[in-house]
Amino acid sequence: MDCVATGGNVKVLAKAIHSLSRIGDELYLEPVEDGLALRSVNSSRSAFACFLLSPLFFQRYQTPSDQSFRCKMPIKSVQSVFKSLSSLERSVEKCRIQFNNEKSRLTITLHCKHGLLKTHNLSFQDCESLQAVFDKDSCANMLQAQSRLMVDTVLHFPPSLEEVNLSVSNDRVWLRNHIEEDADSSRAMMTELCLSSEEFDQFAVNTQTSITFCLKELRGLLVFAESSGLPISIYFDEPGSPVILSVTDSVLEANFVLATLSEDLHPKNHVNANTKHLQAEQTTDDFMCDDMDSVLIAMETSELPGPSHVPSSPPHNTNNRKHPASEDEEEEEALVERPPNKKFCSLFFGSVLPASSQLTNRTIQNQEVLASDSDNEDQTES
Amino acid sequence: MKFRSKIIDVGCLNHFTRVVNTVSKLTKSCVLRLTRDHVYFVLSGKVSTGGVSMWCELLQVNFFDEYQMEGVSADANEIFLEVTPENLSRALKTAQNAKSVKMKLTKKNCPCLTLAAELPSLSSVSRVVTHDIPVDVIPKRLWQDFREPQMPDFDVSIYLPPLKTMKSVVDRMKNLSNYLVMEANLKGEMNLKIETDLVSVTTHFKDLGNPPWGDDGSQTVSQSREDNLMAEVRVDIRKLQQFLTGQQVNPSKAMCNIVHKRILHLIFLHEDVSLQYFIPAVV
Repeated sequence: MDCVATGGNVKVLAKAIHSLSRIGDELYLEPVEDGLALRSVNSSRSAFACFLLSPLFFQRYQTPSDQSFRCKMPIKSVQSVFKSLSSLERSVEKCRIQFNNEKSRLTITLHCKHGLLKTHNLSFQDCESLQAVFDKDSCANMLQAQSRLMVDTVLHFPPSLEEVNLSVSNDRVWLRNHIEEDADSSRAMMTELCLSSEEFDQFAVNTQTSITFCLKELRGLLVFAESSGLPISIYFDEPGSPVILSVTDSVLEANFVLATLSEDLHPKNHVNANTKHLQAEQTTDDFMCDDMDSVLIAMETSELPGPSHVPSSPPHNTNNRKHPASEDEEEEEALVERPPNKKFCSLFFGSVLPASSQLTNRTIQNQEVLASDSDNEDQTES
Repeated sequence: MKFRSKIIDVGCLNHFTRVVNTVSKLTKSCVLRLTRDHVYFVLSGKVSTGGVSMWCELLQVNFFDEYQMEGVSADANEIFLEVTPENLSRALKTAQNAKSVKMKLTKKNCPCLTLAAELPSLSSVSRVVTHDIPVDVIPKRLWQDFREPQMPDFDVSIYLPPLKTMKSVVDRMKNLSNYLVMEANLKGEMNLKIETDLVSVTTHFKDLGNPPWGDDGSQTVSQSREDNLMAEVRVDIRKLQQFLTGQQVNPSKAMCNIVHKRILHLIFLHEDVSLQYFIPAVV
């Protein structure tokens, strides 16, 4: 293998590596006919990321003709090659990635200004091909937005927040912080951002749904998308099936596949979720149109807040926008509410994981997405 | 009990944000007191907070374009809420370029201070971000715990040197000792001292000036006082540093009152904001 990237593409390559480093600890590198594939997966295997840099991305792109070569290595060691983006931009003119067969090393050479040459010889391990199976086209919903919009959106959530909930209706998108329903949840600040469909470049919503996924990986992709100025597409379906974040360009394609929290897919619950959206829409409007009386609250304060002020049922993430009055709804809510399945499914590698009790609980849907295991224990240390 | 308010002016929003940021640097939790004319942030000295107390007072009309409140009853037309200023500060931070910010008391799963910001967007429809900050409504019988602290009968009152200078001195002294002695007299002189087994350091300030306090009762003590006589107070240096580091008010007037060996009372005045901070003396 021998690839040479020049000029601005070196920075793109570096950003891709940095972006992947947010996902997992190892970088899987595989030159294929379509280009150089850089992949990573997180330790719980609930997030997978792949950058495919097409042969046109490189000034020179040669793949070994005889056998397929692929390897993995600690992503930290690759990251250190591209450590400083600013100095990379200033001084590096050319970056060459070579497979050195004799030494069994992957050689990354940075050609800098004034003839300075930086050579990194990285050891690697052989591995199976890492590939998550996903189909963007089969997803019911697709949103495409400028990366700036997504960056601005994510900014509203604290860096410590792990999971975010995304809900869509026919003309709006809501993002909320997802809070684990434990004892502390009632003390947590709830943040909700509402975006109009007009803000999106493309807005194709076929099913009104609400999904919860990890924010960290989205932030990782945003680092890349923002620097390259490319729009970001979000493909998703029901809760439990993966969300695919995608950035494409004529010479590269990046796909981040993330597990979403699975919910009980009981039809009643589903309907309930939809009505909640409608409510949410209404109350948000109420809030902005100054109808003070509609949000009056009556709290007696000469005594300590009794049980009537603090509902005993655990706070539900999606009903926090609920109209304060209307007790009937509250009752209905309590009936329908049941402990949700909190676990992120390890979607992509379900078939190779030992059949645990958790797996048997899972819906068939989750197991459709499969990939071969890339971790071969008896591979040779190079 | 109702509360609803709105800020449109960017200057007011920034100013309010700075006050909230300052408060959030000083304490994890405090009481937000709302009256018809004022908004207060109150921390009353408890052992758990190291005995420090805070009293921050804002004139409502100078910040809010709209402000409506209805207290617990007609004769007790006030609202006391326990809030986490950090949450409020975070919510305001995301509203920095908002077209308008609304704050109101709502009842969600628990009582919340809801802050809604209307943000500029790429389309004709504004983006709306809403933060529900959980609060505890403080019952009326506990209100007395959060009354304005009495202005102590101080021995010396003095203007503070430039806060940046003072901060850099205190920051360095903190590396050497856990306690700092602050002393001042009526000739406009102030010293910051640390003393350890190994080293004694004193920074002298002079010509600081002493604020002319009115003819209220608190002055009788200091009037009969000799100009040269120092009043001193030994305080936990971290508390002082926290105050100097966290403040974002950039006060037009900063002064302190010292009650000899008892309390250090710091006062920041800036236009419509007054921030008082009380640090108890340690032996």
